[in-house]
Amino acid sequence: METAVTTPLLVMRGITKDYPGVRALDAVTLEVLPGEVHALVGENGAGKSTLMKILAGAVPLDQGEIALAGQPVHITSPQRAQELGISMIYQEFNLVPYLSVAENIYLGREPLQGGVFVDWRRLYSQAAAVLARLGVDLDLRQPVNRLSVAHQQLVEIAKAISQDAKLIVMDEPSATLTEHELASLFALIRSLREAGVSIIYISHRLEEIFSVADRVTVLRDGRLVGTHPVADLDREAIIKMMVGRELVSHRPRAEVAAGKGVLQVRGLSGGIVRDVSLEVRAGEIVGLTGLVGAGRTEVARLIFGADPREAGEVLVEGRVVDIRSPHDAIRCGIGFVTEDRKAQGLVLGMTVRENVTLANLDLLAPWGFVRRQMERQVVAKSVDELHIRTPSMEQVVHNLSGGNQQKVVLAKWLFTQSKVLLFDEPTRGIDVGAKEEIYALMNALTRAGVGILMITSELPEALGMSDRILVMHEGRLAAELGPEEATQERIMHYATGGGK
Amino acid sequence: MTVTPAAPPKPHARRSWRLGDYLIYLVFVGICLIFALATPNFFTAQNLLTVLKQTSFIAIVAVGMTFVIITAGIDLSVGGVVALAGVLATMALMQWHLPLPLAALVGIATGLAVGAFNGVAITRFNLPPFIATLAMWFIAGRDGGLAFLLTGGQPIWNLPDRFTAMGTGGFRLLSWRDAAGNLINLELPYVVLVMLAVVVAGHVVLSRTAFGRHVLAVGANAEASRLSGINVRRVTFAVYALCGTLTGLSSLLLSARLGSGDPKSGMGMELDAIAAVVVGGTSLMGGKGTILGTLVGALIMGVINNGLVILQVSPYWQPVFKGAVIMLAVLIDQVTKKH
Repeated sequence: METAVTTPLLVMRGITKDYPGVRALDAVTLEVLPGEVHALVGENGAGKSTLMKILAGAVPLDQGEIALAGQPVHITSPQRAQELGISMIYQEFNLVPYLSVAENIYLGREPLQGGVFVDWRRLYSQAAAVLARLGVDLDLRQPVNRLSVAHQQLVEIAKAISQDAKLIVMDEPSATLTEHELASLFALIRSLREAGVSIIYISHRLEEIFSVADRVTVLRDGRLVGTHPVADLDREAIIKMMVGRELVSHRPRAEVAAGKGVLQVRGLSGGIVRDVSLEVRAGEIVGLTGLVGAGRTEVARLIFGADPREAGEVLVEGRVVDIRSPHDAIRCGIGFVTEDRKAQGLVLGMTVRENVTLANLDLLAPWGFVRRQMERQVVAKSVDELHIRTPSMEQVVHNLSGGNQQKVVLAKWLFTQSKVLLFDEPTRGIDVGAKEEIYALMNALTRAGVGILMITSELPEALGMSDRILVMHEGRLAAELGPEEATQERIMHYATGGGK
Repeated sequence: MTVTPAAPPKPHARRSWRLGDYLIYLVFVGICLIFALATPNFFTAQNLLTVLKQTSFIAIVAVGMTFVIITAGIDLSVGGVVALAGVLATMALMQWHLPLPLAALVGIATGLAVGAFNGVAITRFNLPPFIATLAMWFIAGRDGGLAFLLTGGQPIWNLPDRFTAMGTGGFRLLSWRDAAGNLINLELPYVVLVMLAVVVAGHVVLSRTAFGRHVLAVGANAEASRLSGINVRRVTFAVYALCGTLTGLSSLLLSARLGSGDPKSGMGMELDAIAAVVVGGTSLMGGKGTILGTLVGALIMGVINNGLVILQVSPYWQPVFKGAVIMLAVLIDQVTKKH
């Protein structure tokens, strides 16, 4: 092999990282050559970000070793990573909005006069030199909050270069760029490569990997699947590597006959969502999948009235309903099990009882006064039916496990007598046993005639629980797959922008 | 993972008992005991009624302030509103010659109007509560402002007895002659009655009504509340309107007690009210608080004032003690929260 002649710039070998209950990384190895653009791909949760956080010194590793240019190193902090010449460019930029381009490039490393005062002349001339090296033209005195996203990204790259970065990690750099801006980014990446800088390029968009990367490393479920030259692979081969796990043997979804349409959405637009139409029938679970950022959660929020709708209409049980707020949606019989339980689904400091009745308290308070005896009976019943494991209904929900918190959220929406439930990542952060219980509850709900729209990033969950699967790509519905035609490969094909 | 059968929930089990939730009541009792032991003049019916009466004006405002602070907001306009509402109520009576009930209503309505204005600024124009109510504080009557413009800075004097009776009168409980033969009346002041009514009503609204539950939920997690169908804007608007209204009421009683509609009254009342609320265990971060705690918080401040006066401690020391109590109360809250 030719690669054996050069010493790799970076070797991460046997990297293992455990989080409570999960092995995020299991003996992963990553090698990056000098002056190489190395793509890192994998499904959501495959371990890419954990691996990069270890490289950046943001989280410690449990086992494994890291070597830079042949020398073993211990990356104990983000500062240490920077000293070693490793720079991270996250999706969320680390820029101070009201400071100028030059000030941001040299933030915390300003050239000083007499050790106290900022040497502005030197600051500007050095910053200008860095931008000249990158071949970009930016006004150094412009505050960065007035720059476009693409230009802010350039400032981040300039910052990395000014620190003599030998390795730059770019996490989804293309997510918010236009096609034209993307082309300039690629040109810049190529010139950095010419200058001997190595780049780890993380992206969900496979076509970008073929245009810019030399080699690709694929992770799946915290393990290394393989590293290959991009030239040896095609799109289908990468997808196969990404999803190639054995399919879950059993299908948790019960057979339930679907009834009439309970939820219809026509031409829904708003935010990044464009012209989405879909139908959920009574007793049906419709899976809504796609990559992170494809607009799945946004569809649910638009239906629920949580975000303003620009166009389109929503029908519940065949009648057009005017939903302008979550309050309206709840009155129409729609419930929303949010992805982020702690920030959006629950009031953590309140009790199980208070959370269960929160969305429909008026039912218990016909004259404004809460009928507490009735409330306790209602909550005792749902705690019992949903098997919520809690010492008492007066327990603060903060103290419950993820699975039991999710059941409290479900109890809340059962108490509003929802006809349609929007589930956003219903089993995220929930252990396996509780997952099965949530699936069983979803089955029971559909048997009772509830229609479910289930957003999920986990393909086995989409395949195992849905009666039909909708795939989104960049704000639009890319495909609808019936139970027979849906496979992980086909879903990934449409989710990554592949045509029919 | 082993699936254990769900333990049957105990429907009547209460939230676990925390010392920190009750410590403030113990502190209150402790302070009273110290003063009672230090001077025989403290623990007399007459003096305790005086303390209650002096505390009432702040306590009424503090009930409204509790609702505001539970939503993680703040109402600084209180001081200005006290000045403006008192001035307008007395002007209505003396200069516009409105009948007394209507004049009283003018005072309360002034508070409601300013509170509603705050509410609109905060919920419709998204001004931070601190800024919106600070601006209102200046406008309404901070060392100038509308209250001074209306009166030229002079108090409105010569209020009729019918009016001042609201602030100075009371129900006679007992009367007796002392050793020197003077007639002594023990009265339950009207203002104390009004204050107790406001406290009871506030407690019931906060702890027993859907609105009260919504206030607590909005303060603890506004986004989760919104996604649970609670009209967060309406709830937020309502607490500022409520706080303004109660401030108007307090201002009316204060003018009656002072015997004048004085634009200079009400100075610093916003901070006294906030102090009472915080000492009473309500979190400035929102989501947590009780009206009874606020009452005790106001009483602690009142008792310290009163006790130090009786002990003839220099009045310059009073703020020092008050400040120390505020710090201590919040410190206790921080420490017990960790366990």
